[in-house]
Amino acid sequence: MPMLHTVNKSPFYTYTLESCLDRAREGSAVLLIEDGVYSAMRGTPIERRMVEAMKKLAIYVLGPDLEARGMTYDRVVSGVKVVDYGGFVDLAAQHNNVQSWL
Amino acid sequence: MSEAINDVGESVETGESAAGKVKKFMFINRKSPYGTIYALESLEVVLISAAFDQDVSLAFFDDGVYQLVKGQKTQGIGIKNHSPTYRALDGYDIEKLYVEKESMELRGLTTEDLLVPVQQLSRGELSKLIDTQDVVLSF
Repeated sequence: MPMLHTVNKSPFYTYTLESCLDRAREGSAVLLIEDGVYSAMRGTPIERRMVEAMKKLAIYVLGPDLEARGMTYDRVVSGVKVVDYGGFVDLAAQHNNVQSWL
Repeated sequence: MSEAINDVGESVETGESAAGKVKKFMFINRKSPYGTIYALESLEVVLISAAFDQDVSLAFFDDGVYQLVKGQKTQGIGIKNHSPTYRALDGYDIEKLYVEKESMELRGLTTEDLLVPVQQLSRGELSKLIDTQDVVLSF
């Protein structure tokens, strides 16, 4: 499978998420980690961007990073899949390469 | 700002009590809780400031509002959960916590999502409040 992208910055703090979504190729996956998990929350202007991105990309979010920030799973944009550390490893193994957007 | 800090230092050295010269200190928090060390550092300086009997207030805007979100459970990321400390501030007579309405709304948050009672101010109101401070410290 193509690239796994990881994004670890808040979408309100840097342009990293946009930069990644604009460049990620169709069929690749994006995993939101650390402060990147804020991008997966409902009720923000980013929600629409996420829904749009999911037409060509699979979006994942790391559960432990959501929990640390008090973001409950029911607030995650529908279609975004929550994974644990094991899931992170599986994603890394399933894809040809990993690109970390820092 | 450095001048203001010197003033405080001098008053401590000369043993002048807070009754002489109470200053308005505001701590501005603009960063998320765990992405950087700023949130924790701010909290530590706030606690230190409590020992100096000054007029302390805390402002949270931009990603700083995320610091106050309730239900933080950090076991999974192996980092200490420092959020309960915000609830203890009141015991140090630090009761003036302000969040910016615009920052909350942009992130889909309401004061119901927060772990402490706060006063929600508009951007303009908060800017005005910041202007009235003697010392402003940014994190």
